[in-house]
Amino acid sequence: MIVARNLTKAYGDALVVRDVSLDIPRGGVTSIIGPNGAGKSTLLSLLSRLLPATAGSVLVDELDVATAPSDVLARRLSILRQDNHIAARLTVRDLVAFGRFPHSRGRPTEDDQRRIDDAIRYLGLEAFSDRFLDEMSGGQRQRAFVAMVLCQDTDYVLMDEPLNNLDMRHAAGMMKLIRRIANEFNKAFVLVLHDINFASIYSDHIVAMREGALIRQGPPAEILQSDVLREIFEIDIPVREIDGQRLGLFYF
Amino acid sequence: MPTLRDAIRQRPVALLVALAVLGLLASLAFMTVGARGPWSFVLPFRGMKLAAMALVAYAIAVSTILFQTVTANRILTPSIMGLDTLYVLIQTSLVFLIGSGAAVALSPSTLFLTQVAAMIGFSGLLYMWLFSGRAQSLHLVVLIGLILGVLFRSLSNLMQRIMAPNEFAILQDRLFANFNTIDTDVLAVAALSVLAVSAYGWRKIRTFDVLLLGRDPAIALGVDYKATVSQILIVVAVLVSVSTALVGPTTFFGLLVASLAYRMTGSERHAFLLPVAALIAILLLVGGQLVLERVFAFDTALSIIIEFAGGIAFIFLILRGVSR
Repeated sequence: MIVARNLTKAYGDALVVRDVSLDIPRGGVTSIIGPNGAGKSTLLSLLSRLLPATAGSVLVDELDVATAPSDVLARRLSILRQDNHIAARLTVRDLVAFGRFPHSRGRPTEDDQRRIDDAIRYLGLEAFSDRFLDEMSGGQRQRAFVAMVLCQDTDYVLMDEPLNNLDMRHAAGMMKLIRRIANEFNKAFVLVLHDINFASIYSDHIVAMREGALIRQGPPAEILQSDVLREIFEIDIPVREIDGQRLGLFYF
Repeated sequence: MPTLRDAIRQRPVALLVALAVLGLLASLAFMTVGARGPWSFVLPFRGMKLAAMALVAYAIAVSTILFQTVTANRILTPSIMGLDTLYVLIQTSLVFLIGSGAAVALSPSTLFLTQVAAMIGFSGLLYMWLFSGRAQSLHLVVLIGLILGVLFRSLSNLMQRIMAPNEFAILQDRLFANFNTIDTDVLAVAALSVLAVSAYGWRKIRTFDVLLLGRDPAIALGVDYKATVSQILIVVAVLVSVSTALVGPTTFFGLLVASLAYRMTGSERHAFLLPVAALIAILLLVGGQLVLERVFAFDTALSIIIEFAGGIAFIFLILRGVSR
């Protein structure tokens, strides 16, 4: 269980995240939605110790992220950020292998090798495993980063826009994969998503943010309501039910 | 289509062995070619020079690559960021403030260690804030480094001009001990310092690989980022002190060696990259000195040749690298 209490992040006078309290249970998919600049990515960084909070606390399975040793946390919680620029020249396999670092400290065992192969296969990257990252398309690179994070094999996986750069086929495939891993291995995924319909179909729980504050949370059926969406995004989004899924038609 | 680089990627040891053999040959040639006079004089005399060169080459190569790892950048080097001019400034201020009498009373190795300590302190203060921020503009960092370098050099020049000529002569003597005049004590202390930081580095070498991913991924993978970066900056400060104490500032040599190492290995593993870079540096320095002494008969300075090649490499990297 990730327990965040009264999380606040301020840059000078600007409050980017204000007083957010949130529980994320083990197992399941939680999506964070909200307009640009709502503080979604910052919240993810606070939960994962990449940024120190101005006030408030985060406990991951009782471990305080501000004080717990980084390597202990790295075996429980992984994070994929949005902008992944790497100065080094790495192949897909090199990158994915880094996911095992918290477990093997850079000396991969046979078990690690098997997990690396598995992660590469899950993301459909077998054909590219010896390609350099800078020779691949944005979508392929994004999948390589996701493979690395999955390879880390943590109970909690935080991803900032995992569908970045992915085409329709790979975006849907990615969400299915996340759903499957969450179910089969009882892992918790926290995703920042821009497409409310992916959030609606694949999450157990949706958290909505605006201007740094958590304004709504609940199961998809509660959030995918025209009046709730208007409160979050300040636009009118008709919601239709298709094949038992609630979809927001935000295209017009 | 397997290229030479792919072959090297698969057989890294072969490259290491090849470089080591070439380095040994160069050293052997350096020790023996054109020897006139008794071996009992030639061997210790040249051996000392060779040891100093190897030490300097190693220090420059390793400090450059580690610095580039910490800054996640292939253009910055400790020298471009003004670290070695900082060393000169510290040394000059020391003589300027306490006077050459007191400075001479200190043994060269005490002096050296004092300077290393001061370097660690100052470079820590200066460069920690520069690199602790997120999303820094590379151009800004390079610019600040170049300006700091000029500032340190100008301050040293100012102090050197207003100090008494005697003091200046003594300082000069200490500042640029070139390969032909090396203090045995300093060489020993320098070698020990290098050994100490290398022992630390070897234990952490796999963590350095993770730092290549950048700050956030490194933290996500459980690296204590702040502590590791500070430790690396200390290692770099020690290595730069060693190389500067022995030969003075070399702006572009590190850059030349590091980029050659990246190109030759095509690898990002420090356990492989660092030895290759060190061997390339030794080969260039010993080979260069050999050519200088035997072909040009000491007519020109080795640093001029090396800086010329390194400067061209720098421009090449700027033109090519920033667009990536």
